[in-house]
Amino acid sequence: MPTVAPLDLQGHVAGVAFLGDIPFFAESSGLIHSLDHGHKTVEAHEGLLSCIRDEATDTLLTGGEDGKVLRIQADGATSELANVPRKWISQVAAGPQGAVAYAYGKTAHVRLADGTVKDFTEERTVEGIAFAPKGLRIALARYNGVSLHWVAIAGQPVDLEWKGAHTGVTFSPDGRFVVTSMQENALHGWKLDTKPGAETRHMRMTGYPAKIKSVSWSAKGKWLASSGAPAAIVWPFQAKDGPMGKAPLELGTRANIMVTQVCCHPVEEIAAIGYADGMIMVVRFTDSKEVLLRRPGKGAITAMAWHKNGRQLAFGSEAGDCGVVDIAG
Amino acid sequence: MTEATTAAAKPIPVTVLTGYLGAGKTTLLNRILTEAHGKKYAVIVNEFGEIGIDNDLIVESDEEIYEMNNGCVCCTVRGDLIRVVEGLMRRPGRFDAIIVETTGLADPVPVAQTFFMDDDVRAKTELDAVVALVDAKHLPLRLKDSREAEDQIAFADVILLNKTDLVTPEELAKIEATVRAINPSARIHRTERSNIDLTKVLDQGAFNLERALENEPHFLDQDHHDHEHACGPDCGHDHHDHDHHHHDHDHHHHDHAPSPIHDVTVQSVSLRGGEMNPDRFFPWIQKITQTEGPNILRLKGIIAFKDDAERYVVQGVHMIIEGDHQRAWKDGEKHESRLVFIGRELDREKLERTFKACEAVPAEAAAH
Repeated sequence: MPTVAPLDLQGHVAGVAFLGDIPFFAESSGLIHSLDHGHKTVEAHEGLLSCIRDEATDTLLTGGEDGKVLRIQADGATSELANVPRKWISQVAAGPQGAVAYAYGKTAHVRLADGTVKDFTEERTVEGIAFAPKGLRIALARYNGVSLHWVAIAGQPVDLEWKGAHTGVTFSPDGRFVVTSMQENALHGWKLDTKPGAETRHMRMTGYPAKIKSVSWSAKGKWLASSGAPAAIVWPFQAKDGPMGKAPLELGTRANIMVTQVCCHPVEEIAAIGYADGMIMVVRFTDSKEVLLRRPGKGAITAMAWHKNGRQLAFGSEAGDCGVVDIAG
Repeated sequence: MTEATTAAAKPIPVTVLTGYLGAGKTTLLNRILTEAHGKKYAVIVNEFGEIGIDNDLIVESDEEIYEMNNGCVCCTVRGDLIRVVEGLMRRPGRFDAIIVETTGLADPVPVAQTFFMDDDVRAKTELDAVVALVDAKHLPLRLKDSREAEDQIAFADVILLNKTDLVTPEELAKIEATVRAINPSARIHRTERSNIDLTKVLDQGAFNLERALENEPHFLDQDHHDHEHACGPDCGHDHHDHDHHHHDHDHHHHDHAPSPIHDVTVQSVSLRGGEMNPDRFFPWIQKITQTEGPNILRLKGIIAFKDDAERYVVQGVHMIIEGDHQRAWKDGEKHESRLVFIGRELDREKLERTFKACEAVPAEAAAH
């Protein structure tokens, strides 16, 4: 039976992550909590907007309403990577070898491990950033598409166009696809490994009743799970052309409770699914088998992260009720 | 009860401030931020500019207009507002209301539509009113060279006719007539240095169907013909003082047409009718907003349906239309339907004729 170790915080939780074995919970207030032989707290920002884990260095990267970008170590030690007074840093991304990207307004900034910063300016606001899995390349989501830039080498950016506002972006783990979430209730994908000069291959993933706030690639990038419906919508990406012409899986379907977060397991083809009422289930892709991990709580699930051992899941909600589920009990 | 569920239950009101550069927006904003009214405001501005107030709830945001991908050119939203409002609403305990200050040239429509078209924003906030500041001294020039100045007036719920100390009473009367001709349903207040009782600007509920038109007893008042006078529902003149109105009457009539400075392309069409047949009215209003949506800046109305004990209110922005029952008709209150369209290239004759055709009068029987 799964067991839940709860942690009750005051407000909206913007991100959760494991650094090593220690779960971290980042509150929108700017406080970052950890459970490391007791409840510890770091005052990181005056208002926190984003918090992600940097795999390369096993640290947290955060952006705030105070215009700061911070790196936070597992022991709570904090270093400032950028400070842009009066700008909200709502997007941060982690790249290879300690590279960090953040954006405000129309410009994305990539800070390399040695402290040099490179700027990439778009015609419209940068709404999402992602590093490609290989090579120092970033994707910037913007109005009417995505731009791909090489960070270290000069060269023309590749513009992937699709009409509409693109608010988030992600690469598949094998680097073959780039997928955006849109202001409309849709995902849009591009196949990147087409032959030079070949026609652009678009993937339109539509039919959602709500905006997609959360996407997660399964192990080895075989599936892309997404929120935005009263079920997790899971698109197959094993084939050469990704999900084109294929129907997605619909997992953990509930009558009228929306899925707000999805988080694929690091090894198995299963996903944790968080709902608007705070419930969390884990569902297996092959047979849709469901296991309840947490009963409904005080508010919608806003963040989830697996321990790399795949046994523990940290979660947080908009109302501050957080915790760690041990699926082995 | 948790903070989150409390927030979900009571949406945060949003006031949109428009007005040309120099019309007095910053002065008004500074008043709102400094006066002792016991409320906290989060303010979204395009530039910090002259706001000399240290307040960590002032957020700078680059205006970013997104066309929605549904093939409708008038379905635009402000992408930056969606992002900032989402961020603000994660910590709703910090403020009581949100104010959005737009740039002088801003089109107010995408700002307003954001609060209807984005589900997340809509779930947590509620557009309270669009407030336009008008520089009485420079309005004639503005109307000559800018469509935005006219749009801002046409779109507003509350208009502050500001800098009244810089013009003569005659000029002011003309300006007010012009403003009223562009927008017959807004409340107009005359101000100097943006000095106004903030209760006339904030917490207006102008987009709230339950409150809409409730505080506007003179909405499309039959006593006045709106094409020939300057007074609207709440023009700052005291409507309850009939003597005052009487004495003041000449300025209503001597400028029969909107003033000569009037380079106005926005028009309003006010419709009146009896009790409506819902089976005809709803398809009609749907069709009008679908086909004429791009030309309609605002529409507002009170509809009396046959055999319905309650008033029905409707309002719209371009193709977005909302309607609901508001309250029971009072004893002795005349069951009539009133509707005003503010927009461009509106076909008055057709609107009047087709609106009339929705009346519940047994026209079919009468035709025999």
